[in-house]
Amino acid sequence: MLGYIGKRLLYMIPTLFGMSLISFMIIQLPPGDYLTSMIATMSESGQAVDPAQIQRLKEIYGFDDPFYIQYLKWMWGIVSRGDFGWSFEWNQPVSGLIWNRMGSTLVISLLSLIFVWAVALPIGIYSAVRRGSFGDHVFTFLGFIGLAVPNFILALTLMYVAYRYLGQSVGGLNSPEYAEAPWSLAKLGDFMMHLWIPIIIIGASGTAAMIRILRANLTDELHKPYVITARAKGLPEYKVILKYPVRIALNPFVSAIGWVLPHLVSGVTIIAIVLNLPTAGPLLFRALVSQDMYLAGSFILLLSALTLVGVLLSDLLLALLDPRIRFN
Amino acid sequence: MNANDQITLSPTASNIDGPAISPLKKGATVSTAAIGPWRLIYGKLIRQKVAMLAGAIILFLYFIALFAEFLAPALPATSKPQYTYAPPQGISLFTTKPDGSSEFQLHVKGYKVEIDKIALRRSFVVDENKIIPIGLFVKGPAYKLWGLIPMDRHLIGPYNLNDPMYLLGTDRLGRDVFSRLVYGTRVSMSIGLIGVAVSLVLGVVIGSISGFYGGWVDTAIQRVIEIISAMPTIPLWLGLAAAIPLTWSPVNVYLVITVIVSLLGWTSLAREVRGRFLSLRGEDFVTAAKLDGSSEMRLIFRHILPSLTSHILAVVTLAVPTMIVAETSLSFLGIGLKPPVVSWGVLLQDAQNIRTVATAPWLLIWPSLAVVLAVLSFNFFGDGLRDAADPYDN
Repeated sequence: MLGYIGKRLLYMIPTLFGMSLISFMIIQLPPGDYLTSMIATMSESGQAVDPAQIQRLKEIYGFDDPFYIQYLKWMWGIVSRGDFGWSFEWNQPVSGLIWNRMGSTLVISLLSLIFVWAVALPIGIYSAVRRGSFGDHVFTFLGFIGLAVPNFILALTLMYVAYRYLGQSVGGLNSPEYAEAPWSLAKLGDFMMHLWIPIIIIGASGTAAMIRILRANLTDELHKPYVITARAKGLPEYKVILKYPVRIALNPFVSAIGWVLPHLVSGVTIIAIVLNLPTAGPLLFRALVSQDMYLAGSFILLLSALTLVGVLLSDLLLALLDPRIRFN
Repeated sequence: MNANDQITLSPTASNIDGPAISPLKKGATVSTAAIGPWRLIYGKLIRQKVAMLAGAIILFLYFIALFAEFLAPALPATSKPQYTYAPPQGISLFTTKPDGSSEFQLHVKGYKVEIDKIALRRSFVVDENKIIPIGLFVKGPAYKLWGLIPMDRHLIGPYNLNDPMYLLGTDRLGRDVFSRLVYGTRVSMSIGLIGVAVSLVLGVVIGSISGFYGGWVDTAIQRVIEIISAMPTIPLWLGLAAAIPLTWSPVNVYLVITVIVSLLGWTSLAREVRGRFLSLRGEDFVTAAKLDGSSEMRLIFRHILPSLTSHILAVVTLAVPTMIVAETSLSFLGIGLKPPVVSWGVLLQDAQNIRTVATAPWLLIWPSLAVVLAVLSFNFFGDGLRDAADPYDN
């Protein structure tokens, strides 16, 4: 098992390297840089631009260096001293801005994942066991809707419904009166009241996909001879189903984290912009629009790394569940 | 062995009068070996009712996209500031004459202004007493079909050009939401097609190379695919779309957005193609072609690719909705397509503000329904196609 973990960790290094390269390429794409857009706004508003100062800034930030030098400098800063660069717009180190936002992104993504599992598992089992029943049809239909409705439309619709019929504003993660308050039980309760909407929205499509997978897998398992044997032995029905077929059908359930997690992180990004949540999404969006390149690049890199860790965890979990994977 | 043969042959031998090979009787089924694969796939597909319905809806949407100018009662950019946020009107069939009898006349109801005493805001309500006669194939604002043929007939519209007819309401600037939705169909549905075409080329070429050569080429390509598909798409799309200069013309932006959307979409296709290639590489007909001296190009394009066309078609169909949602999301955030281009995402941009949606829910409802309808149809049709794609598989 240790050897397997070590091998997986080694595999992660080139992948992370590729991801950092892609992230850096993307933030380098826009023509010009933060300085040129700053100069443009300064001269538009009639401020004098001092060429010497510009030159000084250029040297500090290394805007004149070729692509690979800039990339290597950035990477070296991250690897050697955890320095993700400087945010031009906020005028402070990127690492100071990022961790808080990444933390809330992680929390919401994980809670959504738990939501996906908690909802998909019973429904998937029910749909497979009572295949073709009325309930199965209802869930299949709901699942298709969940897959087909883009999550930002779902967010807008829920916001509208909450605003119109419940009289509740649903943006943010805290009511205004708690925004600056220190953490207390009341604030936690308020936080939970706000949290369920983004979690349902973000988890919807993942849940739908998960139900479909579990239903298909479990249906295949339910007709195998060992299930008939178990039933013939007189085991109670819940044991017949839960003890063996569900356990086997769970394998893809675990491995699915690998593709559900990038999906959830994506969902958090766009939903956060719509619902104005304090996660990476809105900050990343602003950084991209204002060409605050190191901030944007670090966000893209860290969000990707987050999904990578998720994939790793799901693989390890799978190896734990299924010895065949460990020993191959 | 000979004795065995004779025993099995004896029943036919007794039927000595008939022809050696009996002609097919009416109503009997043809052996599947005689029918080409495409007819088998079609036969399997046509039996799936949901997939066929979804296919019909897709055709209908593309029909709308093709004849957008004719089907829309107004031009997408025409704004009438005197009718801002006018609610949708329903079409009625009969009018009542003064003597009480009813007469067939297509019409919509007009508007009257109401003032909200609390919000001190003007708002339009449908006035049941005002009747605006409308008709089919009426003369309306002049347009050029496909930018070429000058015409002024519209499928439906008011007889009097100045009468308001807003079947799905109007937006902030008093533009007809129905017409804009029809024009948006053209842009959104075509982005799906073009985006898929780009990722098809990328996916098929890269997937074939990976699956055909195997070895280190395969490993390298698979790594790249893994990296790309492990990265969350929305941040990547945001990054790429934010790189489009603001000064670009709408047509350029449109093309670049399709490329961006397909840059991340080709990986699943490449995987599918590679998997099929790996399983087909060892088949007898490929070995035979290789021994006949076919070049690698010929092997790939003449022998292997044709036998997975149906699978590719299914994967491609399932990829279209991703493209449509991607474009919609980007345009909704304001970094995709921008006005004056009209797409479903651009329309949804008007519904970003929850207060606007509360005043004019139709700005959210109709574009959303269009997106959901398109995505659902492509998914159902693609699912059906995938089930039908392998006609020899039972």
